[in-house]
Amino acid sequence: MSKGPLLEVRNLRVEFPTRRGTLVAVDDISLSIEPGEVLGVVGESGAGKSMTGAAVIGLLEPPGRIAAGEVKLNGLRIDNLPYEDMRKIRGREIGAIFQDPLTSLNPLYTVGQQLIETITTHLNMSASKARTRAIELLASTGIPAPDRRIDHYPHQFSGGMRQRVVIALALAAEPKLVIADEPTTALDVSIQAQIIALLKKLCRDHGTAVMLVTHDMGVIAETADRVAVMYAGRIAEIGPVADVIHRPQHPYTVGLMGSIPTLTGEHERLAQIEGSMPRLTEIPNGCAFHPRCEHAFDRCRRERPDLLPAGTSRASCWLHDAAGGRAAA
Amino acid sequence: MSVVLKEPPSAAAAPESIVQAEGLSKTFDVSLPWLNRVLERKGRSVLHAVDGVTFDIQRGETLSLVGESGCGKSTVARLLVGLYAPSAGRVRFFGHDLSELNTEAGRGMRQKLQMIFQDPYASLNPRWRVADIIAEPLRTHGLMKDPAQVMARVDEVLQQVRLSPADKVKYPHQFSGGQRQRLSIARALATKPEFLVCDEPTSALDVSVQAQVLNLMKDLQREMGLTYLFISHNLAVVHHISDRVGVMYLGRIVELATRRTLFATPRHPYTRLLLDAIPDLEMSGRARTPVGGEVPNPLNPPSGCTFHPRCPHADERCRREAPVLKVYRHAGGESQAACHAVEEGRI
Repeated sequence: MSKGPLLEVRNLRVEFPTRRGTLVAVDDISLSIEPGEVLGVVGESGAGKSMTGAAVIGLLEPPGRIAAGEVKLNGLRIDNLPYEDMRKIRGREIGAIFQDPLTSLNPLYTVGQQLIETITTHLNMSASKARTRAIELLASTGIPAPDRRIDHYPHQFSGGMRQRVVIALALAAEPKLVIADEPTTALDVSIQAQIIALLKKLCRDHGTAVMLVTHDMGVIAETADRVAVMYAGRIAEIGPVADVIHRPQHPYTVGLMGSIPTLTGEHERLAQIEGSMPRLTEIPNGCAFHPRCEHAFDRCRRERPDLLPAGTSRASCWLHDAAGGRAAA
Repeated sequence: MSVVLKEPPSAAAAPESIVQAEGLSKTFDVSLPWLNRVLERKGRSVLHAVDGVTFDIQRGETLSLVGESGCGKSTVARLLVGLYAPSAGRVRFFGHDLSELNTEAGRGMRQKLQMIFQDPYASLNPRWRVADIIAEPLRTHGLMKDPAQVMARVDEVLQQVRLSPADKVKYPHQFSGGQRQRLSIARALATKPEFLVCDEPTSALDVSVQAQVLNLMKDLQREMGLTYLFISHNLAVVHHISDRVGVMYLGRIVELATRRTLFATPRHPYTRLLLDAIPDLEMSGRARTPVGGEVPNPLNPPSGCTFHPRCPHADERCRREAPVLKVYRHAGGESQAACHAVEEGRI
């Protein structure tokens, strides 16, 4: 398909006005997702990854707001739509899966009522047909005895089963894009593997594109096609997932990959990046990473780098500026 | 390639072991109130959080306990420092029963035992300055009377955890998550302990900060000859930090082996499941078979081997009879496992 990307985010800036000045949570981010593609967005807490997801789906908590840039879905701008129009897009065009399955389900309604409501709201379907479809959806997410489970309340499900219900809800209206924000973080490892496998399978079957927001590089490695590494509200590096993991180009990504303990190899020490990510109130000038970067030079302190081509990826690092030359990275 | 293993834990190594848990159990009474029990005709219900756990820890080593939520690993940690009293079995610490430590005479022994908690936000008093937080164990144990001496010790441990003595006038909120966990470590180190129980010390931290804390813990262990019991759900972290690893499932240890043996040649089907479930950074295209099912409700555990409903090798005996931890020698080394299928040579 040469219709262009499904989702296009251009120069997105998310701000939080506070009494002590404006905090910039997401600073000039551009990315795109092709139909059927899984884009991982990875970063440490405070990197702005969840904010990016929330901005795309129009669920920024006030006073947070999109201060600049645009979000386009199928070529149409959705960031400036009135609330009611956006409501129709959420669920129908963009599904959402959040971290905690207990808070994303209403405890006062059965899962069936919630699924049927979603289906009848977005698809022109009678209640009885919607119920049949809801049972099919539950079955497709691997919930045993779906015709009986459909009348149960969320508290009657275990954590892993609840997250399956949430996935069923997100996919109920067959959206083209799913924003999954830390979908497996609240789950145990053995359940995590089941949920990742399920999400991958369903999205492949339906051709759904996914924006997978997580702090877990392992989940990204298994699931994503491309990955964007975020740091202090900016994209540090974006590229095909295998390249970013095995040949990271940005010094932050290099440090991040080295700091992850693995099951293979004997490492006496993990690579460590000194210091921690700056608070939003004190993001340094120039490259936000320069105070922690061992390759930093004058230009890094003065000028913010653009996303520059680096290998098969793009990295926002002056080391990759053809004119500036590359030090030992 | 033949791997030279550390001396396997055996009776000969016993003098070196500083902590022994023997048949340690902890039950919690989670019954409804009396009136509800009578009206609803329900009996008492007892949760077996830890069920007959036996292990020992050698001086200077790191033993890790790993498992999913609800497997009882944190309860073991609390039993080991005496925050819970065992329902059955006992903990011996330098040859003394832990219950003896709860006396004036045991005070001297108690300061050799410290704990690091998971959440560095909840475990530091937000209204105390760093100096008071770190000096608290010194004062509690009455180790130092002279304020100048106390402050000198505070400066010393702050430097040991790579913070600055100038930080001692600050409050916890002025530190990042990783720095706060260093403060917890500094507080634990103040009394010059020999044994640290670390309950998920890096779970609340980001990976790059986790690396800093793990490196620090390893450095401190080398510098001071510390012994760790490390509790975690993260197998990669456990692989990095441990000398020996115990895998727990529903209150029992199902497999215990040296780190290399456990990760290279896991015996118990649950260990294999866990190792298989970890997302793979190498992306070797390994066909992962996510095992179905979830951890059962510990209030109503399955009969026999509690893992049998999820186990691909379960048979009639597994449903009937609970396996006990036995030593198996195999090509990869020596493991302790509690599994009928391993015992019968079926896997």
